[in-house]
Amino acid sequence: MSGAPPPLIEARGLTVEAPGETPRRRLLDGVDLAVPAGGRLVVMGPNGAGKTVLLRALHGLVPHGGTLLWRGRPAPPGPRRGQALVFQRPVLLRRSVLANLRFALAAAGAPRRVRTPRAEAALGEAGLLHLAHRPAAVLSGGEAQRVALVRALLAAPDLLLLDEPTASLDPEATRAVEALLARAAAAGTALVLVTQDPGQARRLGGEGAILRRGRIAARGPVAALPVGGAWGPLDDGGPAGLGAAP
Amino acid sequence: MWEITVEAIRLIARGDAEVLEIAALSLRVTAASVLASCAIGMPLGAAVGAFAFPGRRAATAALSALMGLPPVVVGLAVYLLLSASGPLHWLDILYSPAAMVLAQTLLVTPLVAALTREVVAGRAAEYRDLFASLRAGPLLRLRALLLDARGALATVALAGFGRAIAEVGAVIVVGGNIAHHTRVMTTAIALETSKGELELALALGLILLGISLGVNAAVMLLRGPSGALAA
Ligand SMILES: Nc1ncnc2c1ncn2[C@@H]1O[C@H](COP(=O)(O)OP(=O)(O)OP(=O)(O)O)[C@@H](O)[C@H]1O
Ligand SMILES: [Mg+2]
Repeated sequence: MSGAPPPLIEARGLTVEAPGETPRRRLLDGVDLAVPAGGRLVVMGPNGAGKTVLLRALHGLVPHGGTLLWRGRPAPPGPRRGQALVFQRPVLLRRSVLANLRFALAAAGAPRRVRTPRAEAALGEAGLLHLAHRPAAVLSGGEAQRVALVRALLAAPDLLLLDEPTASLDPEATRAVEALLARAAAAGTALVLVTQDPGQARRLGGEGAILRRGRIAARGPVAALPVGGAWGPLDDGGPAGLGAAP
Repeated sequence: MWEITVEAIRLIARGDAEVLEIAALSLRVTAASVLASCAIGMPLGAAVGAFAFPGRRAATAALSALMGLPPVVVGLAVYLLLSASGPLHWLDILYSPAAMVLAQTLLVTPLVAALTREVVAGRAAEYRDLFASLRAGPLLRLRALLLDARGALATVALAGFGRAIAEVGAVIVVGGNIAHHTRVMTTAIALETSKGELELALALGLILLGISLGVNAAVMLLRGPSGALAA
């Protein structure tokens, strides 16, 4: 028996096919990755590379081929206990922000009487208490993103999957979200973060991977990855993606 | 014509005991059947709209088809169930308000379920991944979908109310329009008109009209000034 604990989540040859298409088309084509407990992985790549599909597959929202291990065992079907996903487009129920958080706590099995205090505490920590009684439908895009993140953190997941969580945030709100993520990471939550923001990738640090056309095109410590500027240099040596060979 | 109208309004204005009794029974029977229909039809419709299961398309089609049940046929079916030779004769409720509630519930439940399914289906698709991600159980999902659609569901209940209170065919078959017992506005209007008692018929007709308009106005107010469904 080896003494090292297994990765929290590990994919080997992970594939996802476009549903209902013939001939079959692979949205993910043999992705290998591993994230240890408390670790972090920053995923970057051009639009349509398959970043969102990857997060959905890791979470169990889409069927996959290949091997996916969660806590060292084959991942059970469907979203796993201990994981949370912040969607690229936040989905909030048509009710107040507080009621949205209470719903997530109810789904996680929290007893009724602790739901409101815990939801309020989480909003307070995120500096969003002033939104508690706002109907979710009237939130700005950035506010909705942050509420969705607070909701994902409520159940104290071991693995937090984040799909461009600061894409529509102003710089100050971006910092606030990064601070929340840093706090979650410090508390032992592993992060898989998709981002288009090279600065954010560097600030978060850790391992990085660049996804292109459903495959991992480059990986390594974020600081060493060619994440600055255009994706061009990765494109078979072509300049800035334009006119590059397909 | 003019005198009839004046007399009808006078009947209402002085609170004629017979008019009030008939109107009150109408409201009681309708309210009870709409409540029962919502209690059964809303979760049923939401479940068909929210969950993928084998036979879902058939269930959807069945709800739509049942929405158009001819009231008289429903009345006849309930009559046969409740009559002396029917399987439910031991309930002993034929020609009673309870039988009318039963018939109207059968009539209105498919309507409520079909409309609820329509209201819920779009949002259920929008929420599906979120519900899965949060690992929300089926009951929690149903409750959330119904709660989030409450504005639209008020309209659904109203549609059910409108169908039930205006309906004659089923309640006349199973209720029998017995004075002081099962006589409601629609059956009384039908009967009194044919007897030439136009003042009473018109008085009841005006009340029926007022109730319909009033309930509609209440729902408009409920929806707020923008006409948007309550968030
Ligand atoms: N259900 C689906 N059926 C068919 N194609 C799909 C499906 N889901 C995703 N795709 C395709 O898979 C590819 C990858 O999509 P994905 O959403 O993962 O991209 P992404 O890397 O997240 O892009 P972005 O940066 O724009 O968010 C896209 O070409 C998309 O059209
Ligand atoms: Mg994406």
